[in-house]
Formats: sequence, structure tokens, C-alpha cells
Amino acid sequence: MGKIDIDGLVRPGGREIHRDVFTDQDIFQQEMKTVFRRTWVYVGHDSQVQNKGDFYTTTIGNQPVIMVRHTDDQIQVLLNRCPHKGVKLVEDTNGSTGKFFRCPYHAWSFKTDGSPLGIPFNKGYEETGFDTSCAKKGMCKVSNVQNYRGFIFARLSDEGESFEDFFTGSLSSIDNMIDRSPEGRLEVVGKPLRYMHKCNWKMLVDNQTDTCHPMIAHESSAGTIKRVWKSVQDETLSKPMVVELVLPFMSSYDDFEKMGIRTWDNGHGHTGVSGSIHSDYSDIDGYYGQMVDAYGKDRAESIMGETRHNTCYFPNMMVKGATQTLRLFIPIAANKTIVESWIFRLVGAPDTFLKRTAMYNRIINAPTSIVGHDDLEMYERAQEGLSVDANPWVNLQRHYREDELGGEQLHPGTSEAQMRNHYVNWARYMSTEDNS
Amino acid sequence: MSTDQQDIIHFIYAEAALIDAQKFTEWLDLYTEDALYWMPLEFDQTEEHLTTSLMYEDKLLLTVRINRLQGHRTYSQKPRSRCHHLLQTPEILEINDDEVKTKTAFHYTETRNDEQFTLVGWVEHTLKRASDGEKPGALKILRKRVNLLNPEAAHSNIQLFV
Ligand SMILES: [Fe+2]
Repeated sequence: MGKIDIDGLVRPGGREIHRDVFTDQDIFQQEMKTVFRRTWVYVGHDSQVQNKGDFYTTTIGNQPVIMVRHTDDQIQVLLNRCPHKGVKLVEDTNGSTGKFFRCPYHAWSFKTDGSPLGIPFNKGYEETGFDTSCAKKGMCKVSNVQNYRGFIFARLSDEGESFEDFFTGSLSSIDNMIDRSPEGRLEVVGKPLRYMHKCNWKMLVDNQTDTCHPMIAHESSAGTIKRVWKSVQDETLSKPMVVELVLPFMSSYDDFEKMGIRTWDNGHGHTGVSGSIHSDYSDIDGYYGQMVDAYGKDRAESIMGETRHNTCYFPNMMVKGATQTLRLFIPIAANKTIVESWIFRLVGAPDTFLKRTAMYNRIINAPTSIVGHDDLEMYERAQEGLSVDANPWVNLQRHYREDELGGEQLHPGTSEAQMRNHYVNWARYMSTEDNS
Repeated sequence: MSTDQQDIIHFIYAEAALIDAQKFTEWLDLYTEDALYWMPLEFDQTEEHLTTSLMYEDKLLLTVRINRLQGHRTYSQKPRSRCHHLLQTPEILEINDDEVKTKTAFHYTETRNDEQFTLVGWVEHTLKRASDGEKPGALKILRKRVNLLNPEAAHSNIQLFV
């Protein structure tokens, strides 16, 4: 693989992006070695590993990892391979391993912080130099792990920004999702939706702050719901929850323009600064009182009044506080992505929230979702269309202005500023050398 | 086998045949007004509301789906998908005067462009006999639960009806 010319791929300000960024497998490999090592990538939620010895397996970029609660109650992130011959130690997604991991191949065992516990018949290793081998050290462990109010992030590389410097003010969106629980606690509910996309993972990231597409691409789904609801509408009936969730997708350009976009350093940003498609949901009985009791009137109202729509966390996560949803855009190959959509229970809040959250997830994020069908069709057509050599550029110039990025900044709601923010930072991380 | 049992079995076949023929209006007419079409996300899922499902749809949402399939701006159906149900003989689990429960093993195949995939599983029907109307005793679908063998897998678009 020759050296990749990053500057030739992302034009200044992120206004135009070369198609190789989406289609080239060498660039994808470079992303795995830079973007997904240098940044704090979401691993999982601590409610998935409630007891000591509980584990959850996933990936960081293309690296298989185990998130496990160690005997000291801390959460560890370990690389999922036996140091002996490379066998994946854990194949299940969830479970409990007790006090140690045991390799099914030769019974090498490791404590739940990865340190070596035992090797059967180990006298065969005397005077072989084994003491200084990689294998002797036990399982590889990710040393940079942060548990932020239950959200577990890990940075594979020893180099890079600290957790706080990486996220800065963007953590306020995670805070708001958690604070919506009167107890300030979330719990993962059920398994995630998993949705196969034959397109590049960054197309999904772009889509999260693409406010010029819902009324067009989703005319077929949201528009049809609007039409069918109108035709059967009975004035004596209150709007069904599902209609309330989907109709706002048909909001106008002007509506979206006013909602605004906010960007932060390092590629994070969100839509829905003032008002969003989630703002007008019905009140849920009993909740207001619970929140006021928990937080006091002013703080409770400010938590519930937060309108944020989609918050993108660089590189590959989106959080939607108003519906307690988290989506991960998991890179498999340059042209292959698995989207996982997770839901949370607001601990202590009425079950109606979870009912709405579960409904939102299946209506919008499932492989059986008509809204999902609209979007996937666009991504896959883009992945194919980008093979056209005559124009290799993806255009992201909408509402561009100089010095729009840096620190915390606000933009018009149909600006592509957050997409530019993503690529400017993508280019920066792609240019890093990782020596760790 | 009684004529009643034969009618039930033919009804299950006819439902699948209407989907395969894409006669969606006639298909949806087989459902009661309070019908429910459920496709759980987890293999042995019992919770209906407080966890994610792949589909949990009332007649309003099913109506939206069949309208959307015909829409001239439904780009994920340009070109259209086709599907095919291969059913095992339905097993009649319960049969009484007003309700019938059946279980039917299926191989469902959907295709669009050069892509084709197969879903395998069991569908559970709860059928209701009409008490009045034009055809008293006629069967309608009150509930259809689709249990996929691999509901948690990373599927791509599933656009028609299993
Ligand atoms: Fe969309």
C-alpha cells in the first residue's frame, strides 16, 4: 500500500470529499489504524455487565474486544484473542465467565483483567525464552478506558487526546439522555437491531445531520403515514403514538433551518439546537412530578426542554436523547457497514417512555422499517454511483462559511457544517502516525 | 380431515399466495380491524411493547406499508421486489367455534435486482371466525406472529411480508 495523500481527498474546510474516502479498501484499512485507534470509541454500557465476571463482546474498528466487569468491579476492555495461538477466547455476545477466561483450545487461563492465571503442563516452557514472550504477558488490554456515567469508551492507541479534551462540550448530549431518568440512570433493554448496509460507514454518519433529506427521501414512508392517517382520521381519536413519531419527518426546509446545528471540536455535533422533530411529543403521565421531585423545578424543566435531535460522536456513534436511542455505524469494509440500534430504559420513569422508545426503534431503525428502506436505498445507490470516474467529488458546501469550525459554534439547521466537521477531523486523524 | 380443517389449511395457503401475487389490498382484507402483525427481534421473545421488535404493526401501519409499496416515489421499490413462500402443511394447534390457532413452517425468499435472500421460520396464526356479515363463519386473521430462525442477524432490507 502506497502512502495515502489525505490532503488530496478532503478539500479545504471539508467542502468536497473524494469518492475514494468511501470506496477504497486501502483507505478503510488506514482508518482502522488511525481514526479508530486514536479516538475514544464507544464500546458498550455498564448495565450490560452488571455483575463481576459478566462480559459483552464487540469490536472497536476491526478489533474484537471483550468488555468485562473485573473482580474489583471496574470495567476492563480486553482484546479478544488468546495470547497463545490467537483463538478468540469468547464467542458469545453476552454471558458470565466467573473469575477467569479459559481458552477452549489449550486451557490457558486469564483473570478478568487479562493477566495470566495458568498454563497446563507448563514445565515444557522452562528455559525456552518464554518469560519474555508476548504470550507470557497474558491477554492484551486496552489501557485507556473511561466509564462516563455508565457509557464505556476506549482508545486503543496510547497517543491521542484525553477523554475530556476529545469530547469537550459534546458530553452534554449524553448527560441529557441520562438526566431524563429521575434517578439519573439508564439501562440497556434487549438486543440491538442489526442492519446490514452495503455502503461506507461514513454515509450513515453524514445522514444523521442531513436535514435536507427527510421530506424528500422519506416522502414514501412518512408522507404515506401522513396521507393514510389523514384519510382515516377520526376527530374523536387522539393521534396514535406512531403517527406522532413519524409525521415530524415531513417538516419543511424552513422548519429544519430554524432548528439549527451545533458543532464541537474533534468532529462532534448535533442537530436540533432550538426545536427538533422530537419537540412535540405528548407528555407522559406522572413524569413531570417525578422529575421535579428529583431535580427541582428549574433543572427538571431545562432537562425535559432540551430539544436535541441527533448528536454525532466522532467517529461512529449517534445518540438521540429524546428517544433514548444509540446507534453505532460499525465499519466492516469500505463498502460494508452494520448499523446497531440500541435502546435504553430511563430508570424510574413510567414504562410509556420505553414503549415509545421501542416503537421508535422498530419503526425507524429496523431492517424491516420503511424509513430504513428509504435511507438504505440512497446509501447503496451512492456507493454504486461513486464509481463514476467523470466526477469523483462528493459535495458538502451547503451554508459553508470561513472559520465555521473550532470550539463550539452554531449553524443554520440545513448547514452541512457537521459533515464538514467530521471530514476535517477525519483527515487530521488519518494523518496521524500510531507508534503504540 | 374434516372440511373445516381443510378450509383452515387452505386459508393459510391462500394468505401466502396473495402476498406472493402482490395482491396486497385483497391480502389486507383477510385481517380483522384490530389485527396485529408481529415479528419479534429475539428468538423466544415474549415481551411485546417494552423491547424492540422487527415489526409490531396494526392495520393502520400495514395499510401504510401497502400504500407505500405502490408509491411513485418509493425508490427502494424501483425496481420492485418479488417474494415467494414455501409452506409446510399448517399444523392446527387449537380449534373451536370462534377462534383457531395454527403453526406453519416456511421458507420465504425475497429478491430484488441481483440480490436474493431466504428467511426460514414458523408463523403462528390466530384466526377468528366472523360472527355476522356477509359470510358468517368466514376466517379472518386476528394475529400473525412470524418467528424467524435468525431474527437477531444483521439483515439487509426485508421489504415485503413474510
Ligand atoms: Fe433518513
